Amino acid sequence: MHLDRRQFLEVLGTTAFTAVGATPAGASGGDSHEDPMGMLVDTTNCIGCRKCEFACSQAHHLNDLPVEAFEDKAVFENHRRMDANALTVVNRFPNEEEPDKPTYVKSNCLHCLNPGCVSACLVGALQKTETGAVVYDPWKCIGCRYCMVACPFEVPAYEFLEPLAPRVRKCDFCAERTAEGKIPACAEMCPPMCLTYGKRSELLQMAREKIEERPDRYVHRIYGEEEAGGTAWLYLAPKEFEQLGFIHLGSEGVPVLTETIQHSIFRYGVLPLMLFGLLGATMRSLGPEVEPEPAISPIGQADEQTLSP
Amino acid sequence: MSRPSRPEPVSAPFWTPYVYTLLVLMALGLVAALARFIWGLGAVTNLSDRYPWGIWKAVSVAAGVALATGGFTTAALVHVFHRERYEPVVRSALLVALLGYTYGATSLFVDLGRYYNIWHPMWPSMWQGDSALFEVAICIMTYMLIMYVEFMPIVCERFIGRVHLQGALAAFNGPLDRSLRFIQGALGRILSVLLVAGVVISCMHHSSLGSLMLIARYKLDSLWYTPVLPLLFLLSVFAAGFAVVTAESLATTWVLGRRPRMEVLRPLSNYTLIFLGVYLIARVADVLIRGVQGRLLEGSLSSRFFLLEVGLGFVAPFLMLASRRVRRTPEGLMVASGLIIFGIVMNRANVFITAYQPSYAATRYFPSLGEVLITVGLLAFFAFLHRIAVGIFPVVDLGPRSRPLRAAPVQASARST
Repeated sequence: MHLDRRQFLEVLGTTAFTAVGATPAGASGGDSHEDPMGMLVDTTNCIGCRKCEFACSQAHHLNDLPVEAFEDKAVFENHRRMDANALTVVNRFPNEEEPDKPTYVKSNCLHCLNPGCVSACLVGALQKTETGAVVYDPWKCIGCRYCMVACPFEVPAYEFLEPLAPRVRKCDFCAERTAEGKIPACAEMCPPMCLTYGKRSELLQMAREKIEERPDRYVHRIYGEEEAGGTAWLYLAPKEFEQLGFIHLGSEGVPVLTETIQHSIFRYGVLPLMLFGLLGATMRSLGPEVEPEPAISPIGQADEQTLSP
Repeated sequence: MSRPSRPEPVSAPFWTPYVYTLLVLMALGLVAALARFIWGLGAVTNLSDRYPWGIWKAVSVAAGVALATGGFTTAALVHVFHRERYEPVVRSALLVALLGYTYGATSLFVDLGRYYNIWHPMWPSMWQGDSALFEVAICIMTYMLIMYVEFMPIVCERFIGRVHLQGALAAFNGPLDRSLRFIQGALGRILSVLLVAGVVISCMHHSSLGSLMLIARYKLDSLWYTPVLPLLFLLSVFAAGFAVVTAESLATTWVLGRRPRMEVLRPLSNYTLIFLGVYLIARVADVLIRGVQGRLLEGSLSSRFFLLEVGLGFVAPFLMLASRRVRRTPEGLMVASGLIIFGIVMNRANVFITAYQPSYAATRYFPSLGEVLITVGLLAFFAFLHRIAVGIFPVVDLGPRSRPLRAAPVQASARST
């Protein structure tokens, strides 16, 4: 794995300086593949059939619910988010101009190019694969839930009622299926083809062309192109994304600041070692206090005078 | 000329209302903890997919560790900067720090969904150096180890020449005694290195604790979100540690009916005042530079909690300690220290909970009864351990005068253990 190799080299540190010099991209930019696989969601084509939810539950063995269970439209009355048993959910948003044509939005893990959860996980239970999927290894996980704190899209869910081996639950971009050459279950099931699976660069191109061809149909923006450093999942929408349950985010990946701080302070332990040396020297050079009785200590009196108001 | 005093085991009666209260709180916490381990986190906590972190992380771990800094700050004061007059509080501070960190670690154990994997961050193949939490975990584990080693000389002092196991175990008396002597000899050489390492590691993980929430930047309230959060966390712990040392010393002397050790605590309050002042300047500068002062009076829950934290928790004790009259009275020092402790708890709770405002949350997080019972129950458990430890080990230094001479109280309690 790429990450393991990088860490190994970092541990080797100074002796492998040439190799370390070749990896700084990994340190700040995450481990995203140059051109990961992505998904283009055209929300203007979604009819809210929830077949993607059904396909997902089948592919991930979430429950044994039949397809009929996903035909209930009453769920649209409330805004839903993913939970431990639903890795993707579709929500309905009203359309003021044409009330009979509401907008449906499918939510799931967006598979960030520079994922906060991967950077946050202290044991590497969350990793980004070669194809760009962010996947989870329950055997490494210690259950600290820092990934949930870190995710700017508030995606990971947790099995809070599982006493022994609770898992973090989120879309894994069907990593097992794609490894076998299949496409993600939701995209395979989606009848009106509002889900397009492909290389992210090509999807971006396709999205831009769609906007250009039908400028009246789409808001001129692709959600996921810049958000939180960019995501593998990209969205087209008929109106501003913030009105469709999307979170407004800046373009910087969430790990950039923390990783910069961590790496600049602790790289090769330079600063800690300097502090160690400084304190050690202080310890040796300063002699013991001559008179340990504070009442007549000149230092104590000086303190007192300078500090009193 | 007063004879220098020495730390001695506390010989006061053990079974007091204080200890009974602790036992009740421990029992309540145990019930809640059993429920947590049998039915899962969701059964006893108000944690949710929207609010994955609650008071166990914010108060027990973050605030607990911040308040336990007296161990390294007093050690640095006495052994690095050679302010030997503070020697009398070093051992008490070390014991409180050691128990405080262990309290934090134990709380984390309860909080972790897969608590049995708590050792994973120590396993090199799983190291993940990008994570601030990894840095926190490694440093806290290392520092706890250092503190236990730093405590060993106290164990040696107490038991060398006094290992009197009875019956079949008597055969171990010789080897145990020799082991203690060996440990004492070996530690003499490395203790100063460990001590300085402890100071460095403390500075590292206190700042990293401040980095933790920076990764949630888009969810944090602008009153608390600042890139210098690691620096603010670090600056805040020095005053916090001294405040806890002061409060603990005063509480001990009051409970045992002894004179407060003002000759140590009053000059120590100078340091508290200086560090509190530096922290306040940094805090005010941060608010002004980021230009969020306009939000202070907006009347929201966040702004009220911010004012409560900074005003009551940091400005008020600063003004108190700045007054020479307040610093001269044990009551004044106690109240000021209590306010600083309140400020630190409030600050950590605010950064980890109040400031954490996820977009999709319909409600706010508030700790459940179960969470509070476990937090308080574990605290009571470690206060109970503290009471036992000060009775066994020479930790508390009650001062040179007014101690009635007694026939070898150390010997007496040694035989009873």
